[in-house]
Amino acid sequence: MPSALDTVGEASTKQAPPPAKRRSLRSGENPYGWLFVSPMIIVLGLFLIIPIGLALWVSLLSYNGQGSPFGPNAHFVGLENYRRLFFQEGLTRTDFMTSLRNTFYFVVFVVPLQTVLSLSLALVVHQRFLRGRSFFRSAFYFPSVTSSIAISIVFLFLFQNTGVVNSLLSKVGVDGPAWFSDPRGLFHIALEAVGLGSTANPPAVLADNDVAGLSLWEWFAGPSVAMCTIISLVVWTTAGTFMLMFIAGLQDLPRDLEEAAMLDGVNGWQRLRYVVIPHLRPILFLVITLGLIGTWQVFDQIYVMGKGAPAKTTLTPAYLSYDAGFGNFKYGLGAAMSFVLFAIIIAMTLLQRYVTRDKDAVKERRVLRVSRRQIAASDREGR
Amino acid sequence: MTTSATGTPLRQDVEEPSAPRLPVRTVVKRAAGYSVLLMFAVIYIYPFLIQAATSFKTDEQASSDALSLRPDPFTTDAWLRLFDGSVPFATWLGNSVLVTVCVTLGKVLFNSLAGYALSRLKFRGVNTLFMLVVAVLAVPGVVLLIPKFLVLQSLGIWNTYTAMIVPLLVDAAGIFIMKQFFDSVPYSIEEAARIDGAGVIRTFWSIVLPMARPALITITILSFQGSWNEFTHFLVATQSPELNTLTRGLANLTSGQLGSGNQFPLKLAAALVATIPVAIMFVLLQRFFVTGANAGGEKG
Repeated sequence: MPSALDTVGEASTKQAPPPAKRRSLRSGENPYGWLFVSPMIIVLGLFLIIPIGLALWVSLLSYNGQGSPFGPNAHFVGLENYRRLFFQEGLTRTDFMTSLRNTFYFVVFVVPLQTVLSLSLALVVHQRFLRGRSFFRSAFYFPSVTSSIAISIVFLFLFQNTGVVNSLLSKVGVDGPAWFSDPRGLFHIALEAVGLGSTANPPAVLADNDVAGLSLWEWFAGPSVAMCTIISLVVWTTAGTFMLMFIAGLQDLPRDLEEAAMLDGVNGWQRLRYVVIPHLRPILFLVITLGLIGTWQVFDQIYVMGKGAPAKTTLTPAYLSYDAGFGNFKYGLGAAMSFVLFAIIIAMTLLQRYVTRDKDAVKERRVLRVSRRQIAASDREGR
Repeated sequence: MTTSATGTPLRQDVEEPSAPRLPVRTVVKRAAGYSVLLMFAVIYIYPFLIQAATSFKTDEQASSDALSLRPDPFTTDAWLRLFDGSVPFATWLGNSVLVTVCVTLGKVLFNSLAGYALSRLKFRGVNTLFMLVVAVLAVPGVVLLIPKFLVLQSLGIWNTYTAMIVPLLVDAAGIFIMKQFFDSVPYSIEEAARIDGAGVIRTFWSIVLPMARPALITITILSFQGSWNEFTHFLVATQSPELNTLTRGLANLTSGQLGSGNQFPLKLAAALVATIPVAIMFVLLQRFFVTGANAGGEKG
């Protein structure tokens, strides 16, 4: 969604004010203007703008959902909920910090993997000699448009103990884990493999030092085996969307640049490294930052595949906030959690606008050109 | 492996009938290219094939022989159970269809009305409104679950079809796409209609909207796909099982609502039904999906 944001600057200035002679025609548009936007104002106002303010208000309350959040049942407690999330020892803080840790590793694994996968898919599909390009492009993009719930069920099946993934692993002699009930972190497994500590006997320096209610050993766990299934699901589904963005960029790669490189006798890798990637830089930034924004919001897949289990290693702030409110009727606490998440996502959005700022003009032209090309359904005529 | 042979490297775009000689290096490179492609294709297509195949397997075979694409014995048991009342599947399907149709129709109308007004009509506050739309584009819905529930409750519509449909009737991204489109249409055509005496509504309805077909198809698809796949909004807007949509019903299936065993053939069949309408639309109207993704892909 935020990719559309980048083109806003130009869009609003492009529409030149109509010449004065149109004045007579255009006077009296005031009531129609407001009539036309009234559904938008009502719906966005009631279900988007007001909820933002309400979220902030509720996060300052101790409120169990009985009666109105402005009524006698809602007790104003100031920043108490935020204090419990960050500074007060207890289960609330431990759970919240665990969810932040889990999501951090989720983001750190998903974003690079989906970026590399989507770029590879784009490069593979873009090979000029290829037959059936559009078929493969569709196949890779299709998971992006299907229901995240339905896809999660398929992945639940694939990663069963006796499921497809473990059957494949056993063919190459590997004993696959019990994916959904294995809470061990990847980094812990790696450390254990090289003999630097185990969950039963963690190194004292890590186990004895706490930061915000979690020991350093826990902070450095890495994503759990169970979380890895969700990571692979999300990478697999989202890569298609980003692949399309890379393909749009590749179609814009000046042909003579490639030819010049070819004549200079560079090999494929050099061409990728010195010609293609630099050309794709703005899109690369866009994909990475869109990934950062999207991954912090993960919810559906968690709801279906983990709900926090095993051992809270698939808890995320979005799910924890939902559960605090609708599961435990602590709406104030839940709202505070989602507001922290909101702040993180807005920070990522600002980061996105910052890193893609001066490339906007180029990108808008590119997006427009691509969509025009597609609307006209002419595959080759483009440039 | 057959590759399309091209004469010279500079004319690779043109597919020609197989030329007699290709440098060995090119052949090797192409073979490598095709193998990588084939590997990716398997990763992307096999899960759907295994899903379809497993929906015709018995529960035993689904867990003992997960890898096989051949149901043995072949059974339609899972599919029959979806519709014989052991799962309220028909209710879920009906609700999904109802909500999707209402939301899509409403969204197309309201988004184009707003997009047109923001692009074309002169009225006080239009610039402020547009800036507001742009600002809320970035607001992630998943952080507003609790306040959305509270608003629905205080309006007295929580746990009704109204609560499921109305909040989805307008979306900032759709308005944005429509405004962008109307910005690109020359004003002269409307002006002619206005000089001929057509009012604002008539100009919009019979002149502008028919011209906006590509954009309308794009947002129709986006809203169909979005509301069919919607989950979190329904999760907080309703509670009664009679209001469950396919996505909610599916999510409940996995949390063992049905009890006994894994029942993967049943779950995968149900998930397949949830996938098929979007798949059909995708095959028929793919280029519009692509346009939508590039204009403002909603998926995170």
